Amino acid sequence: MNDSKKHTVKEVRLMKGNEAIAHAAVRCGCDGYFGYPITPQSEIMETLMELEPWNTTGMVVLQAESETASINMVYGAAGCGKKSMTSSSSPGISLMQEGISYIACAELPCVIVNVMRGGPGLGTIQPSQADYYQSVKGGGHGDYKLITLAPASVQEMADYTVLAFELAFKYSTPSLILADGVIGQMMEKVILPPFQPRMTEAEIREKCPWATLGKTADRKPNIITSLCLQAEQMEAINLRLQKKYRDIEDNEVLFEEFSCEDAEYIIIAFGTTARVCQKAVEMARVEGIKAGLLRPITLFPFPTTAISNYADRIKAMLTVEMSAGQMVDDVRLAVNGRIPVEFYGRLGGIVPSPDEVLKALKDKIVIK
Amino acid sequence: MTTNEIIDPANLVYTKTKVMNDTPMHYCPGCSHGVVHKLIAEVIEEMDFQEKTIGIAPVGCAVFAYKYLDIDWQQAAHGRAPALATAIKRLLPDRLVFTYQGDGDLAAIGTAETIHAANRGENITIIFINNGIYGMTGGQMAPTTLEGMKSATTPNGRNIALNGYPLNITKLLAELPGTCYVTRHSVHTVANVRKAKKAIRKAFENSMEGKGTSVVEIVSTCNSGWKLSPVASNDWMVENMFPAYPLGDLKNE
Repeated sequence: MNDSKKHTVKEVRLMKGNEAIAHAAVRCGCDGYFGYPITPQSEIMETLMELEPWNTTGMVVLQAESETASINMVYGAAGCGKKSMTSSSSPGISLMQEGISYIACAELPCVIVNVMRGGPGLGTIQPSQADYYQSVKGGGHGDYKLITLAPASVQEMADYTVLAFELAFKYSTPSLILADGVIGQMMEKVILPPFQPRMTEAEIREKCPWATLGKTADRKPNIITSLCLQAEQMEAINLRLQKKYRDIEDNEVLFEEFSCEDAEYIIIAFGTTARVCQKAVEMARVEGIKAGLLRPITLFPFPTTAISNYADRIKAMLTVEMSAGQMVDDVRLAVNGRIPVEFYGRLGGIVPSPDEVLKALKDKIVIK
Repeated sequence: MTTNEIIDPANLVYTKTKVMNDTPMHYCPGCSHGVVHKLIAEVIEEMDFQEKTIGIAPVGCAVFAYKYLDIDWQQAAHGRAPALATAIKRLLPDRLVFTYQGDGDLAAIGTAETIHAANRGENITIIFINNGIYGMTGGQMAPTTLEGMKSATTPNGRNIALNGYPLNITKLLAELPGTCYVTRHSVHTVANVRKAKKAIRKAFENSMEGKGTSVVEIVSTCNSGWKLSPVASNDWMVENMFPAYPLGDLKNE
């Protein structure tokens, strides 16, 4: 938020994380949004409908009949090289998994937003992080990955909307913004990204030569499909996807560190939980405990190397999540048994307090 | 007539449309798909729309439709073609966008997408192949399978108490204010082929004029699934399918 000093008061806006995503989408030249209402993220489509971007940028905003239709509308739009997106919350994202798998295999760029709520089932409408596995381990069928960005502030909701599109088009693959009900609903100061024009058809034809805009005389038909009945060819497609995911792992890891320089104990947490843990780290420092926080921003690609490097320098790690313990698996894989990695989590829509996290830090790793 | 006279361009009475390529079709001999593909390709050529058409292929026997027509295609997840078509047409309103779907794709797994696209009046054309059976997966019951009709999953014939009624989805679509043209045809005789082609042309023109959703059902045969010869399949269709799915316009506005 220090950057805000460089801006005029007029440019600093107060809004919900969900609203910030809608504004950022219009501003970054999004062509189409397709969604279905579900708490706690309905403000995204509501804001878009209020902004009426079809009158300004020409962006299409459509309320679909289901999440299934929404993600398949995104498939259709993305197949035309259009910047398209959808948003939902946990149960709705579950419904989209078939479509997401198709989009990943057809190698189409798009953005999906999941403002997580407590599950399983219809669950609660309170915040949760229990869709971590679904987001980074697949969710749908087959071997695929989603670039997964985890915002921890309203500003990051806006910024990562822009970044998610950039990465999606850079790698021709779907990007997921994995937020939670807190980030979606809370209001904070935000500086919205500058307006970028939507891509013209000529730009799309150049940037996305595979796009189905109509077969011109100078090329063969473009076909967007995820079907390939020959196993050898399907393996080749899979290997191409895997190479892309390795490239993403090599180039796109993002994370943030807080008080890690001299830390003996590091907490690993993302999104809303990372903010709670930052407070817990400050409280621990007051008590003389050398604690730090590492916040993965990209959950895929996961900051494995950074976490692994700390395992040679510190005594123990604590992973804190609003789940029964999902990301902790990836932390343990990175650490590979060199130091203890403990877990603390709250379930079903409960946000842990800094006091709870500090107690967990002391009980589970410092006292041991 | 000598060979040279026959191949003299002046005597040419018929030629394959350039929108169709020479890829050998995977369809069974006697299947209606090939004829319908040809009609769509001819209409696209006659409208000079090859560069402006995006087709949506379904899951089912026509999943490979994209192999045969030289236009841009997207292949949809099972039942979702109208959702893809909705987004494409809204983002590219000057393009011709059509879906090509079978009865299972359109009237079972994709019922919601079909009805809602039509109810929104999306300016798309839906080509609906109704042969009363799941051809690709080996002849299982479809939503349009007739009462008493045998299939791999109704070996003793469709039993209403067990399987429910055949779904006349086209009739239902005609009731929706978003549709402008809903019509039912077949391609088992030359006369019917010509009528079906006219219907496809009219539907495509409607789509470009922004009149709403056009639906062209083609009551079709699946001789492999029906376990009949192609000729016997046509007779069976006339005798059994047409009474349940009568040919003609259900709506023409």
